[in-house]
Amino acid sequence: MTAVRVGSARRVSWVDRFLTGLRIVLIALIAAGLVAFVAQQISVDNPFARWRNPDATGLTGDQLKGLVVTGIAQGSMYGLIALGYSMVYGVLGFINFAHGEVFMLGAMSGFVASNKLSANGYWESNFFGSFVIVVVIAILVSTAAAVIMERVAYRPLRDSPRLIPLITSIGVSFFIQNAVLGLLGPNSHSYPQLPEWLAKSRSILTFEIPGTKVMVMVVAALSMAVLWWVVERTKTGKAMRAVAEDKEIAALMGINVDRTIVLTFAIGGAMAGIGGILWGLSFRSVTHLTGFLPGIKAFTAAVVGGVGNLGGAMAGGVSLGAAESLGPQLILEPLGVSGVSQLRDAVAFTALVVVLLFKPSGLFGERLSEDDRT
Amino acid sequence: MSDTAPPKDLFDQDWRRIVRLGAITGLSLIFVALIGMLVQLDTRLIIRRYLSLGYLTIIWIPVVAGYLVSKEVVLEGVTPNRKGPSDVLAGALTGLVGGAGLSLLVVLIDNFDIRDPLINWSPQLLDQLTFAKGIGFGVVIWLVIGAGLGLFGSLSHVVPPLASRAVNTALFTIVSVSILETAITDLLQGFGLSFVTDVVYAKRGALTLTSALVLGAVVMAITVAASGRGRELRVRYDALDAPRRKTANLGLWAAGVMVLLVLPLFLGKIMNELLANVGLFVLLALGLNIVVGLAGILDLGYVAFFAVGGYTTAVLTSPNSPWISPQLPFVVVIFVVIIAAAFVGLAVGAPVIRMRGDYLAIVTLGFGEIVRLLFLSDWLSPYFGGAQGITNIPPVDLGFAEVKGSDPRSVFYLVLFFCAIAIYVSWRLQSSRLGRAWMAIREDEKVAEAMGINTVTAKLAAFVVGAILASFSGAVFAAKVGSIFPSSFLILVSIIILVVVIVGGMGNIIGVIVGAVVLIGVLGGPKQPGLLQELGTYKLLIYGALLVFMMLKRPEGLIPSARRSHELHQEEFLQDAWLRGEVDHDAEAGEGDAAT
Repeated sequence: MTAVRVGSARRVSWVDRFLTGLRIVLIALIAAGLVAFVAQQISVDNPFARWRNPDATGLTGDQLKGLVVTGIAQGSMYGLIALGYSMVYGVLGFINFAHGEVFMLGAMSGFVASNKLSANGYWESNFFGSFVIVVVIAILVSTAAAVIMERVAYRPLRDSPRLIPLITSIGVSFFIQNAVLGLLGPNSHSYPQLPEWLAKSRSILTFEIPGTKVMVMVVAALSMAVLWWVVERTKTGKAMRAVAEDKEIAALMGINVDRTIVLTFAIGGAMAGIGGILWGLSFRSVTHLTGFLPGIKAFTAAVVGGVGNLGGAMAGGVSLGAAESLGPQLILEPLGVSGVSQLRDAVAFTALVVVLLFKPSGLFGERLSEDDRT
Repeated sequence: MSDTAPPKDLFDQDWRRIVRLGAITGLSLIFVALIGMLVQLDTRLIIRRYLSLGYLTIIWIPVVAGYLVSKEVVLEGVTPNRKGPSDVLAGALTGLVGGAGLSLLVVLIDNFDIRDPLINWSPQLLDQLTFAKGIGFGVVIWLVIGAGLGLFGSLSHVVPPLASRAVNTALFTIVSVSILETAITDLLQGFGLSFVTDVVYAKRGALTLTSALVLGAVVMAITVAASGRGRELRVRYDALDAPRRKTANLGLWAAGVMVLLVLPLFLGKIMNELLANVGLFVLLALGLNIVVGLAGILDLGYVAFFAVGGYTTAVLTSPNSPWISPQLPFVVVIFVVIIAAAFVGLAVGAPVIRMRGDYLAIVTLGFGEIVRLLFLSDWLSPYFGGAQGITNIPPVDLGFAEVKGSDPRSVFYLVLFFCAIAIYVSWRLQSSRLGRAWMAIREDEKVAEAMGINTVTAKLAAFVVGAILASFSGAVFAAKVGSIFPSSFLILVSIIILVVVIVGGMGNIIGVIVGAVVLIGVLGGPKQPGLLQELGTYKLLIYGALLVFMMLKRPEGLIPSARRSHELHQEEFLQDAWLRGEVDHDAEAGEGDAAT
C-alpha cells in the first residue's frame, strides 16, 4: 500500500495530463513558428524557411518596425481600457463586461463633438483647443455612463455571487449597444481628419512613426501617469486601495465605501473615454459595435498584466497589442497559415487562453482581496 | 397586514420621491421616443385607429411609475399608512412630471435641429408626439396623458385587489390577443373558423375597439368569477397522494404532447416556420440549461457547439462541400455530429475547467469567437468555405418522410423529436448522481470536492452533454436552412440563449421551455423574426433590458426551480425564519437551514 497523500495535493487526473500536453504543444508551435521566422529572415532558401511555407518572403526591417509600432500604439489603447476592468475587478471582484461599451460611448461622443467642431471650422483652425474640448466631453460622457451603470445595475448586486453581476453586465452591454444603435443609427461614423502637421510621420530612434500613433502613445502615457499619481499619492487613491483590500475594514476605518466605489467606476470610465477618443482618431470610423472586441481584448490585457494591478494592466495592454500585431506574421505565417491578418482577433483570444494556462495570475501578479482570489 | 395607520393627508407627500421618480419617467419616455421606437413601431397596431405598438412602448412607463411611487417596503415593526387619495395624487403627479418630459421634447424638437447625430430627431417624431395637431396641443396633451396614466397606475393601491387583478388580466389579454394575431388567425383558419377572425380583428389587422372592449369585459368577468379557483386546484393537486399525482402529471404531459403533435397539422406555413425556429432555440436553451442552470458554469461561447453541429452536417451531406463530400444520409451524420460535438466540448472544456467562474465565461466567449473566425478565415476556406459558407445542404431523408426547409411542418416534427430527447435527458440527469453532483458544484465547488465529487469529470460531462444538445440544433438548422455561413454563429446567439434560460428559470426544464417559447416566439431569435417582427433590432435592446431586469429583480427566473431560488435568496429565507422565531441566530447560526 502506498502512503495516503495528505494536504492540498489535488488528484492528478487525465485533464491535468491533457493540460500539460497542451502546454507543450503550444510552446512547441510558438517555438517552431519563431524558428522558421528567424530562418526566413536569415535567408529564404534554407530548409527551415521552406519547411511549411514555400512562398515565404520574410519581413523587411521597416515592416517589422512598423508592426512593432502599430502593436504598441494599439496596445496602449487596450491598456487604457484595461485599467477600468482591472480597477473594478480589484475593488468589487467581478468583470464589468459593459466596460467596452463605456469605451464605445467615449468614442461616439468624441465623434459627435469633433464633427460639430469640424463643421464650425474650429477643428482645423485650433486643433489643440478642439482636442481638449473633445476629450473633456468624451470623459464626461464615459464617466457618467460608468457611474450610472454602477448605481442602477451593480450596487443592488454588491453581495451576490460573482457570476450574477457578470451576467447583469452582459445585459447592460447589450442594452447600451442597441440604445446607441437606436439613437445614432447603424451607419459607421467617421471622425474628421487630423491636421497635416500632426498626422505626418516622424522619425524617432530609426523608427518611422505616423504622427497619430505618436499622439496615441503620448496621451496614453500621460493618462497613465496621472492615474498612477492619483492612486498612489493621493488620499482618494489610498482609500481605493484600502477598499480593494477589504471593504469592511475600510468602512471601519472611516472610508466611505460607496463613494470610493463610484469613484473607481468614474476613473475607469474616464480612462475608457480617453481610449475611445484615441481609437476614433486613429481608426476614424466608429459604430455601435466598436466597443465589443476592444472590450474583450482589454479584459485579456488586464488578465495578462494581473488583475487589480494597474501598471500590469498597461503593460499587459502593450504586450497584447504587440502579440496581436506580431503574432500572425511571426508565428502563423511561417507555419504556412494563409490569410493571417484575418486571424488577429483569434490570436488575441488565444493569448488569453495561453496566459491563463501558464500563469493564471498574470505576468505581473494579481492584487486582489482575500475573498476574490478563489 | 391587519393593523394599518389611517391614510396620509392629501398633501403630506414625499415630494423628493415624486420628483425623482417623475424625472426618471420623463427621461425614459424621451429615451424611448429618441431611439425611434415610437415612430418605427407605429406601423404595428394593437387596437386599430386607437393604439399602436409605438405608443404602447411609451404609455406603460407612467403607469408603472404611478404604481411604484406609492409602493413601499413594509419593514418589521413599522405600521404602514392605509392607501388613500394621497397615494393617487402622488401617482398622478409622478405621471405629470414624466409627461412633462415629452412636452419638453416637443418644444425642443420644434425649436432646435440636432438631427445630425440623433437620427430620430425628426418631423415625423414631432408629428406623432403632437398627434399632428400643433405644438400647443402636444405640450398640453402629454401633461394630461402623463397625469392620467400615473393616476391609473396608482389606483391599483386603492381599489380592491380583485378589481385590480381583473383589470390587469384584461389589459394583458387584450395586448396578447393582438400580438398573437398571426397565430390565432392561422389556427382559426386551420379549424375552419375563419369567421371568428373577422369578428375579432379588423380587416387590415389589429383588434377593433369594439372587440377589444368586449374581450376586456369578458376577461374581467371570468377573472372575477374564477377567482380562487386556481388556488383551489393547486391545493387539490397538492393533496393528491404520490401515485395519483404521478398519474395526473403523466396525463398533463400526454395532453401536452398530443397538442404539440396535432397542432402543426392545423397551422399554416408561417406559423410552422415560427414553431420550428422556436423548437431550435428550445433545444439550445435546454442544452445551455444543463451547463449554466444545473452545473453553474457560465458558458458564453455556447454558439460554438451550435456551429460545430451545423458545419459537420454541412460537410458530410452537401455535394458542394469544398473538402470531402461523402453525402452521407442524415441519420448517419447525426452520430458523427454527436462525436464531433463531444470532442469539441472536451477540447473547449478541458483547458477552462480549472479556471475561476468569471474567467471561464470570458474564455469560452473567446472560444466562441475563435471558432467563428476559423470558419470564416481564408486559411480554412478549402475545408469550410470561408465567408461563402457551404450551400446546397440536402433535405433530411428519413425514408418515410422528407424534412426540408420549404416544409416547416416536417422541420418542426424533427425538432420536436430532438427536443423530446433533450427533455428526457435533462429530466433523467437532474436527479441522477451526476445531476446532484452538478448542483453541489453550483452551490459550492470546494465543498463538493471535499464531499468526494470528482468536480473535473462532472463539469466536463456538463460541457459535453450541453455541446451535444446544441449540435443537434445545429444539425437540424443546417438541414432546414439548406446553407450555412459563419455569420449565423455570432456571439449574439449565445447571449440570446442565455437570456432565454435566465428569464425562463435556470435549472428548471419547464421554465426554460416556456422562456424560449415566449421570448423567441414573440420577440424572435437573432435573425429569425418572431410574432412582433416589426421590432427589428429593438428586440436586442429588449433582450438586454430584460436580462438586467431579471438579474436585479428575479434572478431565479419566471418559473424558478425551487432549489435554485432557495440558493439565491438564502439570506431572505433565513431572515424570515428568524422573524418567525424559528432560528436562534446567536446560538446556532450555522443551523438555519435545518431549522427552516
